[in-house]
Amino acid sequence: MFKSFHKSQAAALTLMVLALLLLWYAGALWLNSDQLINGYERRNIDWNFSQLVADAYSMKRPMLPTPDQIGAELYKSIFDTAVDSKRSLVYHSAITLSSTLLGFLMGGLLGIVLAIGIVHNRTLERSLMPWVITSQTIPILAIAPMIIVVLGALNFTGLVPKAIISMYLSFFPVTIGMVKGLRAPDKLHMELLATYSAKPGEFFWKLRWPTALPYLFASLKIAIAASLVGAIVAELPTGAQGGLGARLLSGSYYGQTVQIWAALVVAAVLGAVLVALVGMMERKINRRMGIAA
Amino acid sequence: MDMMVNTQPASSPERAKEEARKIIAIDDLSLVFETNDGPVNALSHINLDIHAGDFVSFIGPSGCGKTTLLRVIADLERQTEGSIQVDGTSPEDARLNRLYGYVFQAPGLFPWRTIAGNCKVPLEIFGMSKEQQQRHVDKYLELVGLGDFHKKFPWQLSGGMQQRASIARALSFEPELLLMDEPFGALDEITRDHLNLELLKIWRETRKTVVFVTHSIPEAVLLSTHIVVMSPRPGRIAKIIKSPLPRVRTLEDRESPEFIALAQEVREALANDHRIN
Repeated sequence: MFKSFHKSQAAALTLMVLALLLLWYAGALWLNSDQLINGYERRNIDWNFSQLVADAYSMKRPMLPTPDQIGAELYKSIFDTAVDSKRSLVYHSAITLSSTLLGFLMGGLLGIVLAIGIVHNRTLERSLMPWVITSQTIPILAIAPMIIVVLGALNFTGLVPKAIISMYLSFFPVTIGMVKGLRAPDKLHMELLATYSAKPGEFFWKLRWPTALPYLFASLKIAIAASLVGAIVAELPTGAQGGLGARLLSGSYYGQTVQIWAALVVAAVLGAVLVALVGMMERKINRRMGIAA
Repeated sequence: MDMMVNTQPASSPERAKEEARKIIAIDDLSLVFETNDGPVNALSHINLDIHAGDFVSFIGPSGCGKTTLLRVIADLERQTEGSIQVDGTSPEDARLNRLYGYVFQAPGLFPWRTIAGNCKVPLEIFGMSKEQQQRHVDKYLELVGLGDFHKKFPWQLSGGMQQRASIARALSFEPELLLMDEPFGALDEITRDHLNLELLKIWRETRKTVVFVTHSIPEAVLLSTHIVVMSPRPGRIAKIIKSPLPRVRTLEDRESPEFIALAQEVREALANDHRIN
């Protein structure tokens, strides 16, 4: 029964993917045909449907490229291009990934430190929490160029300013999650440690921190995805020479929709892989903490 | 511990008790909780002495302050009037001196630690060496019958076994005083009987002083050397009954005339007080 369940699930998944592909090809035909038909009429060319379909799926700058065009572009820019070339998506991914990871690390640390302060000190809670929340109501696209320009004036260029934008986005879920997590211990557990006359540090390491870990990992999954978005956004307004954001920007300058979509796909896959890596770490820690999952 | 047993062999429990020092001395103690609905007299003019080696049960209906009194002894609450001395000092100093182990109503094990790891929590806080920690944990898990469960996590154990682990945790640092707040209240009767006998055995073997909160008359009678009957609103002591039963007891003793008479006395004390209210 279990096996047939798996089989039916695989069948459902395949069907879903096929349906999406079909929808995509139909959408590409629909979105690209206006431009083609205009062209036919301008040049007084007789056209039929099969001609339209063939042309719609092989345009150089389509409104919506087809999956096979994106696939071909991905193959070309990942496998057929030298890794250190500016046409290589591996090159651009590595640049974005490095600032994503640095920003995630800084954001994670900042988020945890803020949460510890907020949980242990009422004054800090009242003075910090409003700013923490306000910080996230400002559109990142508006504030990113400012940060880059100001840091540039202070001679910080390259990786660090981008990582700071990533940090700006990723500390928030960590702070919110950890404030909740560090406050999650049972009253009973707190009193138990009180009967041992435990010191604040022992309350933290023996009780608050282990209780907060599940909350931390939930937050880190959001944070690493936000960090990637931050890195890409940071590459957009600055005329950065490398990175997936730069690749997206140059694609849109020159109407290279296929290139844009290829970069988008890479960004999405990168995000999924990063979240999955955090999930793997979570499962490893869960096993050590005796949680069957 | 063993030395003491050797130097005082077979001294009769009755005599030992008379010589025993006062480990808890409560003098005209009251505690008022300030709540949104006004003050609540949780404890009113409590006078009570507990001697080393006693097994004292607090029994009474809910709201009689039995748990609150235990929490005052443990320095988890402070009295608003009167005085209390635990081992000749304040409850706070007694807590700092690691005089007592507290067993809560729920096992309260850390789910992320193994059974042995849970028992090590107080030992780590008290800065015991790793080998010593291991020795203590081995000894007390064996004592509560969990010798084969060191590496299990709490969720892999039944409720009764979890509560036994929490007793081992309270014993692990060898406190003189064991404070137990309805430790078996959430367990089924069969498990409860079994654990009551084990607790009696542990009490005799380790010669600890036990203060035990319960709302079960048979449990109080089976276990205690002294039964403190309490009544609510305001929480106060209605009667202190000294048990005539010998220290070594079995479940069959519950059929004995002495046992039944004692249970009757406790029941009457509870009922009398109810009538007054």
